Amino acid sequence: MKHARVVFEGRTFDATERDGQLLLADGRTAAFDAVQWLPPLAPVPRPRTILALGLNYADHAKELEFKAPEEPLVFVKGEGALIGHRQTTRRPRGVQFMHYECELAVVVGRTARKVKRGDAHDFIAGYTVANDYAIRDYLENWYRPNLRVKNRDTCTPIGPWLVDAADVPDPQALALSTTVNGEVTQRGSTKDMIFDVPFLIEYFSSFMTLSPGDLILTGTPDGVVDCQHGDVIVTEIERVGALMNTIEES
Amino acid sequence: MSFLPTGTVYGVLLNFRAEFGALAPRMHEPPYKAPPKAPVLYVKTANTWTPSGGAIALPARVPEVEVGATIGMVFGEAGRVAGYVLMNDLSVPHASFFRPPVKFKCLDGFLGIGPALREGGDPDAFSLEVHIDGELRHAADFSQLVRSAAQLRADVGEFMTLRPGDVLMLGCNAGRPLAKAGQRIEITAPGFEPLANTLVQEAA
Repeated sequence: MKHARVVFEGRTFDATERDGQLLLADGRTAAFDAVQWLPPLAPVPRPRTILALGLNYADHAKELEFKAPEEPLVFVKGEGALIGHRQTTRRPRGVQFMHYECELAVVVGRTARKVKRGDAHDFIAGYTVANDYAIRDYLENWYRPNLRVKNRDTCTPIGPWLVDAADVPDPQALALSTTVNGEVTQRGSTKDMIFDVPFLIEYFSSFMTLSPGDLILTGTPDGVVDCQHGDVIVTEIERVGALMNTIEES
Repeated sequence: MSFLPTGTVYGVLLNFRAEFGALAPRMHEPPYKAPPKAPVLYVKTANTWTPSGGAIALPARVPEVEVGATIGMVFGEAGRVAGYVLMNDLSVPHASFFRPPVKFKCLDGFLGIGPALREGGDPDAFSLEVHIDGELRHAADFSQLVRSAAQLRADVGEFMTLRPGDVLMLGCNAGRPLAKAGQRIEITAPGFEPLANTLVQEAA
């Protein structure tokens, strides 16, 4: 099943997808373009941990002139960076290179501590699509990628759907693609991840307990390009969804 | 009921002049190649939070931890400061600051959190001391920051909103002491209720 969170007529609703419409928790239906889409994540009692991988596809590491990492390159985001589907991401005026990153996002379903990779699937609630924008102008070699690059307001669209894990039997066999104004600029497959989803669950849960609703953004493949004011970016992952976002310079 | 944050807890590296100065000779060398321009931030995820009085378990692979005593600025509505709280920001000691420090700083329990929010006060006049098993091991004077609390808040706010409940820690001074399982760490500061945590060995 596909789950969403939306604002409709001024109220926030859990919703699911049915026949090309949103079925709201109160039984009404709404068109996709009649709502404001929120990140498809239920509220959690403590701030959500959002882990994000860098250089987790060999071709992207090569593109950025890095050798593939020997252990996951991971950074953390605050929840304030997240926005929903069909929202606007700000590009600061004067920036030279701001690019999207289409990423499979894993949503943790159960408290995970010292989980072995063979059991990892049992701890996953589902999957969604994240677009982990980066503004390379702000990169510095201190805790790189630094938060000024990766933790900006509006710079992590996520959604539209949380798709149940049961509906994604093999998360390592999904096509990814990104279009800019309808033109395909990025193509890849989750089969090319350096550290796959079960590995990541095992690795992180070996030293930090993951809680329901925590996120792991699993990195992006080759093919990132600069995005300009007015560009419409669609990051899409097979079986999971197509996340649309518009760039606005300000 | 002891204080616990409701938002994201951010830390900042290199915000004490002595800490910055100690690394300055290496800042132009690889992998850094230049001193930092923006505040160097990291996140202490919710799994790290330990209330004051709680035990903090060290995994077997971590014989000693670095004690990062600091004060967190807690945000309220519209970016206003709601108050301040003592923090014991533990790290697995690490020499390189090139990559994000998740595996060094985000271990379960690795952030001791002061028992109470202090409302008001002048952060430039704050100071603290660290006692380990009763012995004075460290001191920090918050008039010695690279970016004052106000400047740090402004420079971070340039690229991200500090939301109600978020915490921005002001930094840790040079000469951070090490501690090991069995030891009791107490952080005291004028005007604050003390923060104490005991380190224990993680059960196998």
